[in-house]
Amino acid sequence: MTPVLFIAQRVSAMVLALAVAVHLATILYAIRGGLTAGEILARTHHNIGFFLFYAIFVVAVATHAPIGLRNIMREWTLWRGPVLDVVLAVFAVALLVLGMRAVIAVYVA
Amino acid sequence: MRTSETEMLAVEVWRGAATGTFQSFTVPRRQNQTVLDVVTEIQRDQDATLSYRFACRVGMCGSCAMVVNGRPRWTCRTRVSEAATPEGALRLEPLRNFTVVKDLAVDMVQFFDKWRDAHGHFEPAAQRPADFAVVPPATPARQAADAAIECIGCGVCYSACDVVAWDKDYLGPAALNRAWTLVNDVRDAGQDARLAAVAGDGGCQCCHTHMSCTSFCPKAIAPTYSIAGLKRALFWHMLKGGAR
Amino acid sequence: MMRASHKQPGFLAALLHRLSGVALAIFLPLHFLALATALNGAGALDSFLAITHTPLVKASECLLVAALATHMTLGLRILAIEFLDIRERTAAMLTGCAAAVCAVGLAFLLNVG
Repeated sequence: MTPVLFIAQRVSAMVLALAVAVHLATILYAIRGGLTAGEILARTHHNIGFFLFYAIFVVAVATHAPIGLRNIMREWTLWRGPVLDVVLAVFAVALLVLGMRAVIAVYVA
Repeated sequence: MRTSETEMLAVEVWRGAATGTFQSFTVPRRQNQTVLDVVTEIQRDQDATLSYRFACRVGMCGSCAMVVNGRPRWTCRTRVSEAATPEGALRLEPLRNFTVVKDLAVDMVQFFDKWRDAHGHFEPAAQRPADFAVVPPATPARQAADAAIECIGCGVCYSACDVVAWDKDYLGPAALNRAWTLVNDVRDAGQDARLAAVAGDGGCQCCHTHMSCTSFCPKAIAPTYSIAGLKRALFWHMLKGGAR
Repeated sequence: MMRASHKQPGFLAALLHRLSGVALAIFLPLHFLALATALNGAGALDSFLAITHTPLVKASECLLVAALATHMTLGLRILAIEFLDIRERTAAMLTGCAAAVCAVGLAFLLNVG
């Protein structure tokens, strides 16, 4: 991969290390006694802290996942070149859009 | 010698080039026998058309490197008692990831081309310095260079590397390891170009830390950590606005 | 005969890291779509959560949580080697990662309602 992608991958990984640790702890706490929408939304509704946390999480993931997939495709399949890059860029945008939509959803609901 | 060891070795040897077949030989087991002894006995006594390489036969030159029962190693430094299966079977193949010339001999050209492409050579300053450079051996940079400097270009790490097999552009552990020794050479004047060279397609960032190179290096060099050093050097160089 | 490079612990680490990453990459869009049902109100999200109460889904969730823990711990290994210059003993470190993943998976199973 190119050096720019490498740096983006590693920096997003560092962000995700923290975000995932928090997310795993949250999951293990939140699932106790069953998971309901009311419980989730009570935590996230109009909570700017959670909003910012998840927004950063989404940006980091939308950066990290497509770059990882690009390495896998280039090394394990015959697919490489500009078309692969375009497809993965579209995937990155999709993750960003869907992710921010989810973050907004649990903020306003 | 274990009493359960077989008296004869069943040796399968690759014959051909990119396409070919395994030919079977039977070789008597001898005391303190090395795999190089086995190959030599086959070529001298059983099939003179077998092609293979060796030179020093004492573990200094790296010429005899080949794949023995799935693992790349120096045949002169590999005892049969260690490498053969309990049934006394040996499978000998040319180094993986190289173009096979014939039988067990491979073409090293691409390996050394990548060495050159990684700028694995010293770049002197444009002006000759006024005096000899003083490089204390205990400085961190020199210690880093010395830890990786003993590479003799045998190709075992390149053969072992999965990423070399997956990505034909990848410069490989040996070339990058040598580049790292030069990145740490305070006398070298070509650092910018070298960092650019190890950052391109097939650069240090392609390493996925499988660490086969480090496991199999017959000189106990750790290319993985040299490549990690290049990644760090590249990271900070780019964050400071260095050339892409 | 399996090539020796594929028997290395570092290869196993890289393989698990890669496969868990692919699983997460496939799961993520679905996760985002599920959460976004809340745009239609808490009731919509609850309706979706209701279908996840089967044992099969619970098992899949446990595996996904394990995949997340796997990908993170093995990713931390990479960051440690590359940025902290840690010269680790891969096999021992892998055992530690596996233990952490099992702990997370177990914690999920014990806590899931």
